Amino acid sequence: MALSRAACAASGVGNVKTMFQKLWEQHEVVAETPDTPAVLYIDRHLIHEVTSPQAFTVLRERGLKVRRPDRTLATIDHSSPTRSDQIFGGVPIAIESAAKQIAQLQRNCAEFGVELFDLKSDQRGIVHIIGPEFGFTLPGQTIVCGDSHTSTHGAFGALAFGIGTTEVGHVLASQCLLQRRPRTFAINVPGALSQGVTAKDLILSIIGEIGIGGGTGYVLEYRGAAIRSLGMEERMTVCNMSIEAGARAGMIAPDEITYSYLKTRPRAPKGDAWERALTHWRTLASDPGATYDREISIDSSRLEPMITYGTNPGMVVAVSGFIPERRNDPVFDKALAYMGLTAGAPIGGQPVNVVFIGSCTNGRLSDLRSAAQLLRGHHIARGVRALVVPGSQQVKKAAEAEGLDRIFIDAGAEWRESGCSMCLGMNGDTVASGEYSISTSNRNFEGRQGPGARTLLASPMTAAASAVRGRVTDPREFLNG
Amino acid sequence: MEPIQQIRSRTVVLPFTNIDTDQIIPARFLRTTTRVGLGKQLFADWRYGADGALKPEFALNRPEATGCAVLVAGRNFGCGSSREHAPWALLDYGIRAVISTEIADIFRSNSLKNGLVPIEVDELTSRWLLEHPGAEVTIDVASATLRLPDGSAVEFPLEAFVRYCLLNGTDQLGFLLSREREISAYELAARA
Ligand code: SF4
Repeated sequence: MALSRAACAASGVGNVKTMFQKLWEQHEVVAETPDTPAVLYIDRHLIHEVTSPQAFTVLRERGLKVRRPDRTLATIDHSSPTRSDQIFGGVPIAIESAAKQIAQLQRNCAEFGVELFDLKSDQRGIVHIIGPEFGFTLPGQTIVCGDSHTSTHGAFGALAFGIGTTEVGHVLASQCLLQRRPRTFAINVPGALSQGVTAKDLILSIIGEIGIGGGTGYVLEYRGAAIRSLGMEERMTVCNMSIEAGARAGMIAPDEITYSYLKTRPRAPKGDAWERALTHWRTLASDPGATYDREISIDSSRLEPMITYGTNPGMVVAVSGFIPERRNDPVFDKALAYMGLTAGAPIGGQPVNVVFIGSCTNGRLSDLRSAAQLLRGHHIARGVRALVVPGSQQVKKAAEAEGLDRIFIDAGAEWRESGCSMCLGMNGDTVASGEYSISTSNRNFEGRQGPGARTLLASPMTAAASAVRGRVTDPREFLNG
Repeated sequence: MEPIQQIRSRTVVLPFTNIDTDQIIPARFLRTTTRVGLGKQLFADWRYGADGALKPEFALNRPEATGCAVLVAGRNFGCGSSREHAPWALLDYGIRAVISTEIADIFRSNSLKNGLVPIEVDELTSRWLLEHPGAEVTIDVASATLRLPDGSAVEFPLEAFVRYCLLNGTDQLGFLLSREREISAYELAARA
């Protein structure tokens, strides 16, 4: 992961720098040496109930304070219930260990003076959804969280990456991290996405192309006309899954779309401070002629709606395609055996039992709109269970204001309070063993949605189309007819 | 963290690529507020049947795996979630080093913070180890070498700083806190 000074100089001639280089250099408190990693300043620290309790314990044991509570924001998402009565109705949280973990975060935040979007707060939601929505996430910042999908925030031109619990403690105590400089990897996507092809399909294609370890040691920068044409929510979907290619961070240069998203957010700078910030943000994009350690191009005109068939996000095909065949690959065979699918068979038409629409990948308003667009006037197939979980309480409110909740409920889906929910099944929202779930989340690992659960990752449109038919369905069948 | 100089052990082998942290410890066991006792749940869905009984055919459950402190696995070990519960569970179970051709970034970083040694080796060495479960190996941290049963030594990447931390049991928070002067100066300069 370490790259020598000489190699860095070679990859950026003179003052020509990548966005990553600029952000890195702007946050070096102490530069790295061959013997020691850099001390990197962290502008924003997001925390949640699952990966923070042991870090607060360390602070307590050592008599340390949270150095910058003003740069720290907490929410409850992973183990929170999604049933209204358990949040607002006084019904106890069904899982005792989850209730305990939530209570521990509440105590830790109160004791250390950290702002918390508590269980009943209308600001609460999945950590990677509330950061941007609240304007806590801004361009040019370093942002960390004890969660691998922190890469999401890179959509704003921030350097954002996931850390472990020990490092959560480091940031709480010192507002810094010890880091080696990663390498850079440009992913160019010229052209435009065609109808029915979404940001989710794009990132699944990229992961299929570079492989799930293809980004290890790199920070990805997504570039090109197809990226520039995406809205902020779609850009977040792309950056979110950078970790699924092994990259800790993914970035997109900020532009007018970024600024107009941020302008009215509660925590975004206001007045003169906004103008000053804007001046700075306009200097962040990679300079023309900047070079990367690795670079690829994706042909956007050939992209199609995508779906996974295996047990990692790189095992992906077009919805209209076939499950590949591989000889003498026991790991591949093991994955297909787990999934109960056959090599060489079409993935379209595969029956599904559960449909999950939500998560930090696809739980924002535009995702719910695109699912609702397909569901309007339809009913989900008999025997299929569909769960729609908005990514935050703000998303929920906005969706209800547009009547999206009615479309989902009328179609036979369940409409819940926000949280991670069935993305990882920690709160009891799980898929039963052997069942097939089309999920708009980001991981199809064995058991991710419950022991024995079989997850197929896809876009909200593909998930909605498949819910109506009760089997894997190309959403373009609905859009064209 | 305890200082580590050498690890000498037989290996236990999981010959799969892309073993993710959801396999190492499934999410439903993350509803804890401490870091102790996670070894029981290590590889829970691979180790135990639906009835909770140990699956005798799973590598870690075989009698010859008892006491093995070195885990050999396929490429891209530890990918997925940032949960530090993964190295905590491995260590609590008794695993002290992991060998693969490629180890995911966050898992590697988390492991080093806890004294679990991540060892990346070349394709040939990896293949030999995958094909020889139970091989007796010696890991030497000071020289960052892995010694195989035939006496040959394979070097693995372990940069000076983390090597120092492992050898001395140094925890990195102390190092960061000793930079207080620079951190304050940075905040002042950035008017952060
Ligand atoms: S929605 Fe899923 S991937 Fe995102 S933060 Fe929650 S558990 Fe992690």
